[in-house]
Amino acid sequence: MREYSDKKNRQAKAYYSDRFYLSPQVPKEKVDTDNIFLKDIKSLESLFVIKEAYIQKGQLVVYISAKDNLKVMKFLKNKLKYNFLSDISAVDWLAKSGEFEIFYQMLSTSKRKRMRVKFFIKEKEEIKSVTSIYKSADWAEREMYDMFGVRITGHHFMKRILMPDDWHDHPLRKTYPLIGDEEAQWYEIDKIFGREYRDVIGPEERDCAKIVEKDTHRFARIKHEVPFGTKYSSEETQTEYQEEGGIPIVRKLKKSDVKILKERP
Amino acid sequence: MAQHKINYLSEGGLPVALTTVDKLVQWGRSNSLWPMTYGLACCAIEMMATGASRYDFDRFGTIFRASPRQSDVLIIAGTLTKKHSPFMRRLYDQMSEPKWVISMGSCANTGGMFNTYATVQGADRIIPVDIYLPGCAPRPESLQYALMLLQKKVRTQSCSNKLKPKRLV
Repeated sequence: MREYSDKKNRQAKAYYSDRFYLSPQVPKEKVDTDNIFLKDIKSLESLFVIKEAYIQKGQLVVYISAKDNLKVMKFLKNKLKYNFLSDISAVDWLAKSGEFEIFYQMLSTSKRKRMRVKFFIKEKEEIKSVTSIYKSADWAEREMYDMFGVRITGHHFMKRILMPDDWHDHPLRKTYPLIGDEEAQWYEIDKIFGREYRDVIGPEERDCAKIVEKDTHRFARIKHEVPFGTKYSSEETQTEYQEEGGIPIVRKLKKSDVKILKERP
Repeated sequence: MAQHKINYLSEGGLPVALTTVDKLVQWGRSNSLWPMTYGLACCAIEMMATGASRYDFDRFGTIFRASPRQSDVLIIAGTLTKKHSPFMRRLYDQMSEPKWVISMGSCANTGGMFNTYATVQGADRIIPVDIYLPGCAPRPESLQYALMLLQKKVRTQSCSNKLKPKRLV
């Protein structure tokens, strides 16, 4: 059995620590196993602080400091020919260390190499936007803000991209419950009818396997079936065939009536 | 016009059909239910198929209209997200009375498999629904059947415009 955990205040607590299995790490190789990456990392190291660098699945992973992100990206594009920014996103480590891990996934079409730039920021720390260098960062940064609440400066249109503008909290954080917090659960009622209308509509039905035994309009309990809409009875319905009062077409098979043919007529 | 003399009182009865205004009006309404061209997700593909030539909604007098002002039926075809819910309510409010709603598919009925923060758990939390059509996605035949059931329902209703509000807002 799973260890008991208090479910009363789930929103305030990250639940991945005890619920999610931590998969084994992908093996890391040293940077000097690849000549192109070795050159790249040497020129990077001469200009910026590189905290860690390794190769994983044929891709270079570089940890930089958060302040350098704009300069590093500029250098990667102009000097190291990483001309394509595939994606930007964040990893929520707030429960573990109070930090977000931001990553930039890059591709160089001339070198045919992929690399990943990573760094950590504190929860309320701001990072600089890289939209001035890569246009593809535009929506990715907006999504990062929308889903994780990572604050980004220098973006020309910093607005939520997926959720409505008046949405509360950021849904991809580990502390955000899947079925939504209270604001989310009443969102449409509050917005359309007003908060006072909550009592009229009632809470959402989240149990997808809910069965109301006594509701004979929508449910028929096996072995306790009653006609549609009639009163529920706890007595068992007779399911076996009865000769008297049964369906007139069906007759019970009597062994004495059976005639076995030896040949097909 | 018959050339010979017919005694209507004895032969074949009077050429008069008696009915009520309610029945006549609702018969007319039920045979020209105009739904709104409004799809939210994959159910909309089935709705389009129902409207197209193979299943042919037109023979029910059902012609898709591109404006809520001209439509009688709102088919909620697909997942209704919370972000979209105010617009759905607004479109419903813009439709003129009498109006009916078909909730098409599991997502519109109950939220379906999207037991998440972003999906409305049943479109009937926002607008009153007349027909709930199960399925994921329901086949065009099912939507036809739902429409026929709605026609049946319409024919039993009163044509008076003093209809009671379905839900207080």
